Amino acid sequence: MSPHLRRQLVVVGHGMVGHRFVQAAVERGLTETHDIVVVGEEPRPAYDRVALTSYFEVGADALSLLPNGSYDDPRVRLVLGTAVTSFDTAGQTVLLADGEVLAYDELVLATGATPFVPPVPGHDLPGCFVYRTIEDLEAIRDAASTATTGAVVGGGLLGLEAANALHQLGLDTQVVEMAPRLMPVQVDDAGGATLARHVEALGLTVHTGAATERVLGRDRAAGLALRDADPVDAEVVVFSAGIRPRDALARTAGLALAERGGVLVDERCRTSCANVWAIGECAAPAGRMYGLVAPGYAMAEVAVDALLGGPGTFTDADTSTKLKLLGVDVASFGDAHAATEGSLELVFADAVAGVYKKLVISEDGRRLLGGVLVGDATAYGVLRPMVASGIELPDNPEQLILPPSGGADLGLPDDAVVCSCNNVSKADIVEAAGQETDTRAGSTCGSCKPVVKKIVEDYFAAQGRAVDRSLCEHFPWTRQELFDLVAVHGYTSFDQVVEAHGTGRGCDVCKPTLASILASLIGGQVLDGATRALQDTNDAYLANLQRNGTYSVVPRIPGGEITPDKLIVIGEVARDFGLYTKITGGQRIDLFGARMEELPEIWRRLVDAGFESGHASGKALRTVKSCVGSTWCRYGVQDSVGLAIDLELRYRGLRSPHKLKGGVSGCARECAEARGKDFGVIATEQGWNLYVGGNGGATPAHARLLAGDLDTGTLVRYLDRFLMYYIRTADRLQRTAPWIDSLDGGLDRVREVVVEDALGLGSELEAAMARHVEHYRDEWADTLRDPEKLARFVSFVNAPDTPDPHISFRAERDQSVPAEPGGPVALGASIPVGAPR
Amino acid sequence: MTPTVTVVCRLADLEVEVGVAALVEGEAIAIFRTHDGNIHAISNYDPCAQASVLSRGIVGTRGEIPFVASPMHKQAFDLRTGQCLDDAAIRIPTYDVAVTDGLVMVGGRQEG
Repeated sequence: MSPHLRRQLVVVGHGMVGHRFVQAAVERGLTETHDIVVVGEEPRPAYDRVALTSYFEVGADALSLLPNGSYDDPRVRLVLGTAVTSFDTAGQTVLLADGEVLAYDELVLATGATPFVPPVPGHDLPGCFVYRTIEDLEAIRDAASTATTGAVVGGGLLGLEAANALHQLGLDTQVVEMAPRLMPVQVDDAGGATLARHVEALGLTVHTGAATERVLGRDRAAGLALRDADPVDAEVVVFSAGIRPRDALARTAGLALAERGGVLVDERCRTSCANVWAIGECAAPAGRMYGLVAPGYAMAEVAVDALLGGPGTFTDADTSTKLKLLGVDVASFGDAHAATEGSLELVFADAVAGVYKKLVISEDGRRLLGGVLVGDATAYGVLRPMVASGIELPDNPEQLILPPSGGADLGLPDDAVVCSCNNVSKADIVEAAGQETDTRAGSTCGSCKPVVKKIVEDYFAAQGRAVDRSLCEHFPWTRQELFDLVAVHGYTSFDQVVEAHGTGRGCDVCKPTLASILASLIGGQVLDGATRALQDTNDAYLANLQRNGTYSVVPRIPGGEITPDKLIVIGEVARDFGLYTKITGGQRIDLFGARMEELPEIWRRLVDAGFESGHASGKALRTVKSCVGSTWCRYGVQDSVGLAIDLELRYRGLRSPHKLKGGVSGCARECAEARGKDFGVIATEQGWNLYVGGNGGATPAHARLLAGDLDTGTLVRYLDRFLMYYIRTADRLQRTAPWIDSLDGGLDRVREVVVEDALGLGSELEAAMARHVEHYRDEWADTLRDPEKLARFVSFVNAPDTPDPHISFRAERDQSVPAEPGGPVALGASIPVGAPR
Repeated sequence: MTPTVTVVCRLADLEVEVGVAALVEGEAIAIFRTHDGNIHAISNYDPCAQASVLSRGIVGTRGEIPFVASPMHKQAFDLRTGQCLDDAAIRIPTYDVAVTDGLVMVGGRQEG
């Protein structure tokens, strides 16, 4: 028995878990009966290893968990910079490297883990490092100061942290991962691919499925030789291929170890020796080690509880992870790989935004089993507790991963653990908010901060003042959210969507919106089936409704080029049907005053003459305007008409968030006013300059240069990418100019995506455009072939040939115009003009 | 005097939530079949736009009220009463309507 009246407790290791143990021991009164000595090998007190990468930015002090350098409780002694050489369970002593011997009644091992360095040739060359301590980071920084290239072996969680550090140090950085994806333990293939895309967009290079065979270099590291791949240059090599528990002291002392390493402990963290405990990464409860801080903290609490005679046990840890890697949110929780039999997956992926989310749901759809979040992990704070507590899923579980709709209730029960690092429940947070006291929630990994913030905000905002972004009274969603709902569920009709996610029977706002969403996602003709009831009249009758109830007709005239024969057909049709004709700003001809029942006959003649729909009524490509170009013009340097026709035919029928216009000028004189268009092309001696983001209208904007001196193939490729990127990411009714301004980085961002292909989306966007081109059909030609569609073009269902008596015309300047009142207000006398003599 | 009843079309000609126009005694009438199976007939003339276009509007609900939105400037009209939902001062005529043997019949005009 110890000679001391008070009992002696020695903690080996002052990392995050050792520190937490001491904190808990002090808080829970263990120091009333025990004197504690903590022995740390590192020269400084415990620091936040989770945030190690921020060391370069914030320094050691900010990371410290014990900024004063000692504990306030005088019964805790902290010994730093000193390794433990051995301990003796029979004599109950610990031998320190400096020769001091500490007697103990209770011994707690918190020795942590050590990075695993694969034994490849050259792994011990100068320039090779691991990534675990502040000292490691300082050594890496020193080496990086004279280097330009770096590589990290291991694309797991820590490897990406290390890669971030090398990147921050200005090295051209490569990540080499043996598995076929990044973070193989936490995420699935699609999540790994999304992550890799983010990482590469930052300028790092990712090699997956790449085994490192050896470190190249004679006197110091110069690169890595990879199996089945080209070698990579690397003057700084960081090994991050996993960790191994530091169990050597326990092994020497004769304690039982787990099969795969780690000090074997029971559910109270007791080792095979009754008064020796092990916690954190060095411990293996039930034979399994945990390389995360949250289970380590849990073990620290359990050990303190056991020493106090409490009932706490450590059974299974929540190995969920959420972190920000290289600025990218990544989270993985529960059964992330859908290993549970019969489990279902619900996936939301937005390649443009770089977001991938997957939920794994039980076979009966009632329970959340796990999931993966990449690019946007805001839902993690809600999802992880749902797995842990087994709460029943809401009826629409997809809401959990769809982009957030403002002000939604979190739906967490009071006892849901919000901060798993510090085991703080929602009720704890609410209580603390009420008393204006503090919880530790969010103070460790920080991943739950948004949820904590929301809970606190909800508490204080007794009258929640959420901004209503609902589309209309029938759908409490934005257009983007509805788009995602339709995509995730694969809905094909308005009825399905309104029954599942809306109320009532819709209106003139939500119906056309859903028609457009359905058209984008499932394609098909706009007049098909039940979607007709969703269409605005312009889309229902493929013409533009005018003020007196008649329609106007605009045949497509690509590039503004038209043969005399076709011009004559337009003239004849206009004359025969008494239509008012006017040249439009887009170099075509608008025919006004067509009665609805006349539209099929008018179009039959136009289609027979080779015309097709001009899409003048829809949110779609209108025209590509051109000057006459080098064919005729003595200043022209390229064939602007030819290019304009090709572009208009390529993009005709393309549905977009707003109308789209283009222009092509054959020289710098810019007679086509291309810079007033959404996309404008201006010829140079060397090729084409591409401008984007121009428009006329109420808020005119000049298009700005995206790329210069392009050959035609490159121009079309960039335009394909630009237009598809816009269509996929712009808001409803947002034209290209405000869309570009809304992007983070503006035009530079567009250039990154379109020209530099920074997101790696180029081929996907081009393929989407190729599909559009392949599937284009003229809506009017289709309508004329379909008797069912044609049957709808009648003035009266019971008098199909009787014209609407409300429609009448009068003559003005030798043409027909609406006769009814409602003309412009008279603003004074007519303007005098000269007359030809 | 008994109002005349005019057969305007077959019920099968009426798609749900897609209006049709009919000419009855020289007046243009818009006839709608709503999702709940009811048939409504109102004047086809939109007094706001001064055009005969209501049959071409989008049909929906506001709360419990079935309505059509004018395709011209989107004013909403209660299909049951003809009341303009955006302007209390405007009310358009409605018409009696019935379905017999699969035929849609329009009867007397009810002034708004």
